[in-house]
Amino acid sequence: MKRALLFLPVIVAIAFGIFLYTGLGKDPQELESALVGKPVPAFELADLKYPDRTLTPEVFQGQVSLLNVWGTWCPACRDEHDDLIWLAEEKGIRVIGLNYKDNRNQALRWLQDLGDPYQITLFDPQGKLGFDLGVYGAPETYVIDKQGIVRYRHVGVVNPEVWEEKLGPVVRRYQQEGS
Amino acid sequence: MLPELGQVTLIIALLLSVLLAIIPLYGSLTARDSLQAFARPLGAGQFVFIAIAFGILTNAFLVDDFSVAYVANQSNSLMPWYYKFSAVWGGHEGSLLLWILMLSGWTLAVATFSRRLPSVMVSQVLSVMGMVAVGFLLFILMTSNPFDRILPNVPADGADLNPLLQDFGLIVHPPMLYMGYVGFSVAFAFAIAALINGRLDAAWARWSRPWTTVAWGFLTLGIALGSWWAYYELGWGGWWFWDPVENASLLPWISGTALMHSLAVTEKRGVFKSWTVLLAILTFALSLLGAFLVRSGVITSVHSFASDPTRGAFLLLLLAITVIGSLTLYAFRAPVVHTRAKFGPLSREVFLLLNNVLLLAAMLLVLVGTIFPLIADYFELGNISIGEPFFNLTFSPIAVVVGILLGVGIFSRWKKTDEGYLLRKMIVPTVVSLVVAFAVVLTMGSAVSAEGTGFWSSFSLWAFFGVLSASWCAAATLQDVWNKSGSRHGRLHGLRRQSRSFYGMVLGHLGLAMVIAGATVVNNYGIERNVRMSPGDTATVGDYQFHFDSVGEREGANFTALVSRFDISRDGEPVSTLYPERRRYVVQRNVMTEAGIDGGFLRDIFVAVAEPVSSDAWAVRLQYKPLVRWTWLGALVMAIGGFLAIADRRYRIKDEATERRKATVAGGAGAEGRPAEAGV
Repeated sequence: MKRALLFLPVIVAIAFGIFLYTGLGKDPQELESALVGKPVPAFELADLKYPDRTLTPEVFQGQVSLLNVWGTWCPACRDEHDDLIWLAEEKGIRVIGLNYKDNRNQALRWLQDLGDPYQITLFDPQGKLGFDLGVYGAPETYVIDKQGIVRYRHVGVVNPEVWEEKLGPVVRRYQQEGS
Repeated sequence: MLPELGQVTLIIALLLSVLLAIIPLYGSLTARDSLQAFARPLGAGQFVFIAIAFGILTNAFLVDDFSVAYVANQSNSLMPWYYKFSAVWGGHEGSLLLWILMLSGWTLAVATFSRRLPSVMVSQVLSVMGMVAVGFLLFILMTSNPFDRILPNVPADGADLNPLLQDFGLIVHPPMLYMGYVGFSVAFAFAIAALINGRLDAAWARWSRPWTTVAWGFLTLGIALGSWWAYYELGWGGWWFWDPVENASLLPWISGTALMHSLAVTEKRGVFKSWTVLLAILTFALSLLGAFLVRSGVITSVHSFASDPTRGAFLLLLLAITVIGSLTLYAFRAPVVHTRAKFGPLSREVFLLLNNVLLLAAMLLVLVGTIFPLIADYFELGNISIGEPFFNLTFSPIAVVVGILLGVGIFSRWKKTDEGYLLRKMIVPTVVSLVVAFAVVLTMGSAVSAEGTGFWSSFSLWAFFGVLSASWCAAATLQDVWNKSGSRHGRLHGLRRQSRSFYGMVLGHLGLAMVIAGATVVNNYGIERNVRMSPGDTATVGDYQFHFDSVGEREGANFTALVSRFDISRDGEPVSTLYPERRRYVVQRNVMTEAGIDGGFLRDIFVAVAEPVSSDAWAVRLQYKPLVRWTWLGALVMAIGGFLAIADRRYRIKDEATERRKATVAGGAGAEGRPAEAGV
């Protein structure tokens, strides 16, 4: 009986190993959000540029948008910034920013320095909306359709390849829908 | 030519480690001394060839050989030589090579400092370390070769090292950390060897202890350096972020701490053997798990390496072979015989067991918190973020209880402790810690709370318990020193009589008290203000006035910096002048914030200048951080304690000591015989 107990660690280890293996297959860059197919969670957040203006999920109505979660504290966000500008300016994609757990002055200066790809930027210093969205780390980018429903989630940097292979097809599909 | 030679030396090292993994082990199982004698030379040879490979890679960095892909990705000709040097381990491939270098270094150390051990034991330990080396050498050669070339289109210059990593912290932090991670492979190898030959006894525990302690000391230093680096280099003034990578280093540290204590019980009392072996395996497995989490891309982190599923799969395979192999061996070979040793409910054995239970609980919490996104996804709970609040809420109470129990346990005795005795010992620490906790919480609380001076407005229960736990732990430790150093030849004589391992333990516990105190005070009473300032402005934080004097420019080796000057004063008295910088790195076009920090034993003043908000105004972060330095100083004290403990006489002059003990065996004059040795 006691000997049988000694096998417990190896059984736990194997279970844990299988669990890690499934995680490996998935890769968080691919993790689907539980919100896919559901509306963007309700929020009331200030506009980054106009602190007096309150924004709600209304901002997503009527046009397919990318919701990009970023912060000045996130080095990878700097990497993808030029590509977001490229998407906004060359491809005419509507990009909405979610300034996540950040400082307003720093965020504004960042946009002034590096250019502003965002039509609207939600200011979320406490990470409320980020929490509801299940953001694990910045940058993350969501595709939101015309009805404000989350259609896709991408964790990590956006670049032309990610656009061509992942985000672009989804955006195009929902742009065609009902137009 | 040289990089190819580097690859060849790695292959030779792989061959040597395959031989090391097989020949001495086979020799030990068939009792052939001639084969066992290969262990030391093979271990040494493996080290030499890996060191040559490491030297060649370092040389490629120093001479800017951008035909090597890894160098081109990590370095730049503009970087000063010391950053070129540390850039060797700035990325995945090179840090892996450093890891392997450390592993072979530990193997060499075991080969060198194990003359007193039975040859069977040495052979098996070195063979097990050879097996680990085989795994990692295969990993580097098959998935992460640092010597890969970019031919024929050799880039003219390198991509530069991430500016975050161009810092003194990076020169020293990873080597220390890896020394710790890899060092636990020695304790692991000893455990496996003991399982193989069935010698799980006090001698095994005694041999494992110094190796475990020294690895733990390095890991402590490595974690503290990482925290310190994040504090001043990330420009945010935080000292611990519960980032997956930080957690990955904390897991083996906690488990290693439990192992050190459990080894002490096994050595002194011959109990908890199975448990100790399991901890040794677990600690090394957690070191490997850390490597897996950081390098596989399973979990995204602020500073994880570029993720690659092939590497992840390979590492997982390595981890699986190591863990499943050793745990299966454990299941068949661990002793189930109930030890005869009896101990009462208040014995030191019980307190150390409680210590282990609490540490493991803390370790599991950190583990669950770290892989929570994976768990949530697995059970389709959605991607739920858990971060600092989870860790602070669950980890802090355990830390407080560990501190309190430590203070009680330190007075306990092996086998059985008299309740009255224990209670009497606790009077002084109780009074001292209550007074200190109230004093600290009331004075600091009233200094911080803006509105009113009411009792409850300034009283923080968390801070109170944190300070209570820290001062209790420190007071009990010091009282223990006082009690033990009593001597009829005077106090000084009594203090001298204590062994180094006793003082090592004392420092370890005082260091822990410092960390708890520092963490509690800075988290509860630190002040942070984000303000918009122009030259000429003054802002107040706590008791300090920050005067933004002027801005200027400065040219660095591979960056240009905007330097601001801040004059800090307190009640009109100048305190210091700080020069925070905003650096623009030319090649990577990154902007980095270099904070201006006036460090002190009791408080830090921290100024970071962030983005400009208009042509002459900047967003500025001003912070007052009381006792923040205690977190790192405490870790330093702990690590010094560890190194002091292994400098104990009983480890140092082993052969002479053995001889002397043989000569005076009746007198019991050996190091183990002294009462101070009861300390763990």
